[in-house]
Amino acid sequence: MTSDTAVDPSPAESGGGREVLTRDRVVIRFAGDSGDGMQLTGDRFTSETAAFGNDLSTLPNFPAEIRAPAGTLPGVSSFQLHFANYDILTPGDRPDVLVAMNPAALKANIADLPPGGVLIVNTDEFTKRNLTKVGYESNPLEDDSLTEQFQVHPVAMATLTRGALEETGLSKKDAERAKNMFALGLLSWMYHRPSEGTERFLREKFARKPDIAEANILAFRAGHAYGETTESFAVTYEVAPAPLPTGTYRQITGNTALAYGIVAAGQVTGLPVFLGSYPITPASDILHELSKHKAFNVTTFQAEDEISGVGAALGAAFGGALGVTTTSGPGVSLKSETIGLAVALELPLLVVDVQRGGPSTGLPTKTEQADLLQAMFGRNGEAPLPIIAPRSPGDCFDAAVEAVKMAVKYRTPVMVLSDGSLANGSEPWRVPSVDTLGTLDPEFATGPNAPDGSDEFWPYLRDSETLARPWAIPGTAGLEHRIGGLEKADGRGSISYDPDNHDRMVRLRAAKIDGIPVPDLEVDDPDGDAELLVLGWGSTYGPIGAGARRVRALGRSVAQAHLRNLNPLPANLGEVLARYRTVLVPEMNLGQLSLLIRGRYLVDAKSYTKVSGLPFKAEELQDLFLDYLNGVQT
Amino acid sequence: MTTIDLGLPQLGGLDGVPTTDDKQTAKDFTSDQEVRWCPGCGDYAVLAAVRQFLPTLGIKRENTVFVSGIGCSSRFPYYLNTYGMHSIHGRAPTIATGLAVTRQDLSVWVVTGDGDALSIGGNHLIHALRRNVNLKILLFNNRIYGLTKGQYSPTSEEGKITKSTPFGSVDHPFNPISLALGAEASFVGRALDSDRKGLTEVLGAAAAHRGSALVEIFQDCPIFNDGSFDVLRKGDDAAKRVISVRHGEPIRFGPVTDDGVGSYAVVREGFGLRVAKTDEIDESEIVVHDSADLNLAFALSRLSDQDLTHTVTGIFRNVGRTTYDDAVRAQVNHERETRQADLQALLNGRDTWTVAG
Repeated sequence: MTSDTAVDPSPAESGGGREVLTRDRVVIRFAGDSGDGMQLTGDRFTSETAAFGNDLSTLPNFPAEIRAPAGTLPGVSSFQLHFANYDILTPGDRPDVLVAMNPAALKANIADLPPGGVLIVNTDEFTKRNLTKVGYESNPLEDDSLTEQFQVHPVAMATLTRGALEETGLSKKDAERAKNMFALGLLSWMYHRPSEGTERFLREKFARKPDIAEANILAFRAGHAYGETTESFAVTYEVAPAPLPTGTYRQITGNTALAYGIVAAGQVTGLPVFLGSYPITPASDILHELSKHKAFNVTTFQAEDEISGVGAALGAAFGGALGVTTTSGPGVSLKSETIGLAVALELPLLVVDVQRGGPSTGLPTKTEQADLLQAMFGRNGEAPLPIIAPRSPGDCFDAAVEAVKMAVKYRTPVMVLSDGSLANGSEPWRVPSVDTLGTLDPEFATGPNAPDGSDEFWPYLRDSETLARPWAIPGTAGLEHRIGGLEKADGRGSISYDPDNHDRMVRLRAAKIDGIPVPDLEVDDPDGDAELLVLGWGSTYGPIGAGARRVRALGRSVAQAHLRNLNPLPANLGEVLARYRTVLVPEMNLGQLSLLIRGRYLVDAKSYTKVSGLPFKAEELQDLFLDYLNGVQT
Repeated sequence: MTTIDLGLPQLGGLDGVPTTDDKQTAKDFTSDQEVRWCPGCGDYAVLAAVRQFLPTLGIKRENTVFVSGIGCSSRFPYYLNTYGMHSIHGRAPTIATGLAVTRQDLSVWVVTGDGDALSIGGNHLIHALRRNVNLKILLFNNRIYGLTKGQYSPTSEEGKITKSTPFGSVDHPFNPISLALGAEASFVGRALDSDRKGLTEVLGAAAAHRGSALVEIFQDCPIFNDGSFDVLRKGDDAAKRVISVRHGEPIRFGPVTDDGVGSYAVVREGFGLRVAKTDEIDESEIVVHDSADLNLAFALSRLSDQDLTHTVTGIFRNVGRTTYDDAVRAQVNHERETRQADLQALLNGRDTWTVAG
């Protein structure tokens, strides 16, 4: 296993006399204006890299404004991609290569480029007006400030793109819009990426505008040729494919994986899927994806608001469908009352919260993990529900399938806590064989169940093992019954204001959730002698793992454990916590999991928190772990 | 009206719902729950009418679902031996929408009140109506909040003294019929709780209608708004106020004259309508009700606003329009019939690579 750090390049000669350097891993960041197509450029480079067989991890970072004023700092959009010849865990802390399409992109990102890093700049945008807009008094490309620190490659991308498209008859403006494909072509050349996929993609994307498709392909090829024929670039780089476990792979984002998980869960349970949703960043892509898959008996309903989205999903669940609602934190706030109703009704329901920065509207396009306590406790009364948090983009698929199985088996709403970095980030995903997904019979009630042998149906008579109540769907003769938010009598299910009954029902609902079996917590402690346990949940899995690898590469011991089931917690968690002298909980909130851990287990868990809208960096966690190991922090 | 032809056959409101030849009675539709409304509450009359009415539809009881929100009237589902859900405040149309879209074989009814439907749930109501989901919405309007013990509601008259408006309400009320028509409801009707015949007639037409049907039911709260509709119930004065309309018939009402027809009639005035004495106008001036005419329906809803001087009952509007749920199902069914649902192919996508052992 290679550590998650850069290694020395080993020079080699390429056939054309150009030097080829071999790298274990590279981090590239594309940065430009929101209108420059940086996300598309990053996506394509990612696909090329996935097709090549590297392991990879990505971090798109874009403003909430669709088009902030052009050329300004708030309008900068970037896409960072980390790829390697071994399995990696994070999108990378700092780029090795920064592509800056304008002065704003340079200014916003240059501080992250380490000394010696490669800087590729689109010089055409470095006009006096654009420089002034972001506070440059002089052109940084015209003095030594950059060349002293970085390997700077000034490229007139717009001019070159325009030149390449001269024959097409496109207007100057239209031609220049393809400059992101020029940049992609150049980088593809530098890193020996396959290009067939991108050309095919462009033809399909612009199928109805063949001239635009052709222009983009020409620009892409021009970028490639520019690298190959000019003397500007002395070296190219090779990153060999990563030795991943055998299987069929594809690249996938968290939102796509979640949507596929929902489709798969419908097949696994044999239930029609009904998604009720209201558009919200960063969850909308799940709605978009599911709306394509009607062939799998998936119905999507774009509701008038968040409340209607979950209400319709719950209504569909009452009718025997797999009810799903997808949203982000502000949407969960609006849905809370209906989720509480689902707890009282004890009907299956999948609630997906793709967390983003809060409170309120907060940071719509940035990531955060601050909805854990909302998921746990954000309803009136005692209203427990299971919570599952995927730890990587691909894991979103499994999390969705597991959550649905749990919801159907235990007749309960289940919350999946994804977040912005998982939703938009991507990684190679080993595609599961559908035969391995299993099946689950929803076991609808078919006849009367009264314990006295009468022909009555008792909607709240529980299964003695799971404590789940029967799911009796309309259309079933003899099982006509009424449910609702008012407290119901244990068993018979009629309205009950009886104090003892209410006490019993509150405890029964809690016992049902607490009794759901979840896998034991696994601890990664390769040395077996660690005294520091780092406990995380959700999307921090990658950065914590990368930080731990770095610490171990330095000869120190650290244990990592990652919670996927936040409610109920694994049965062995208390025992695991007790084994370590120090328990450290890094979170992208102000200490929500550590509060739960301290409260549940009376463990003096140490909390490390950050809420900057961006994931933890491996280096920052490495330093944190070392501080604890060295007694700098206790 | 713009319509999109989806090639769907013209369906009735209950098409797709299993029928039964078994004789069903009101008793079959009565649950074992004790009815707990206040003595004299108008809800009793509506419940009795509905229990009588449901068996006449000839559909299976188990395929009938009542969904309600919160409020006195929203206890309704507990008292019917059908499937039912007593949900949360204002949200019944959303739950019913999810149910109706996924279950073509159900007759789905929403029971709501003036606070539930028009205040906290106003957004859901207008969107259910514009989508034209195959739901029947019974809006019990007593123009007061009863369950929370007597605050003014979004249909209370201006100046009304209530617990929360001791100096008189300064809030301008909704006209539920105008609101529903503004939301392009394809069926809008109104009845009085005590008028069993009129109520049953409107309910029957609503059930037969494919699409959203809003039925406003004037209903008395004897505790907090006693006798609020008495002017519509008693004597000659009531006859001068209640204008019962029927499609294709001239709109005449009031005490019967020597020639056997009402002494008042509705005639056009500008873009609207007014009430005239029949002996002061020519018969040709009398408006013939056309439930397909949206402008006429709206004008009828504006004949009187808050004071019940001229209150129209019957069916204001009844037009065919593609329902949301039929259209959604048509898309899903089309995809299921024409496209193979290969899960493995979906998961693989188009760009896979293989790592060999």
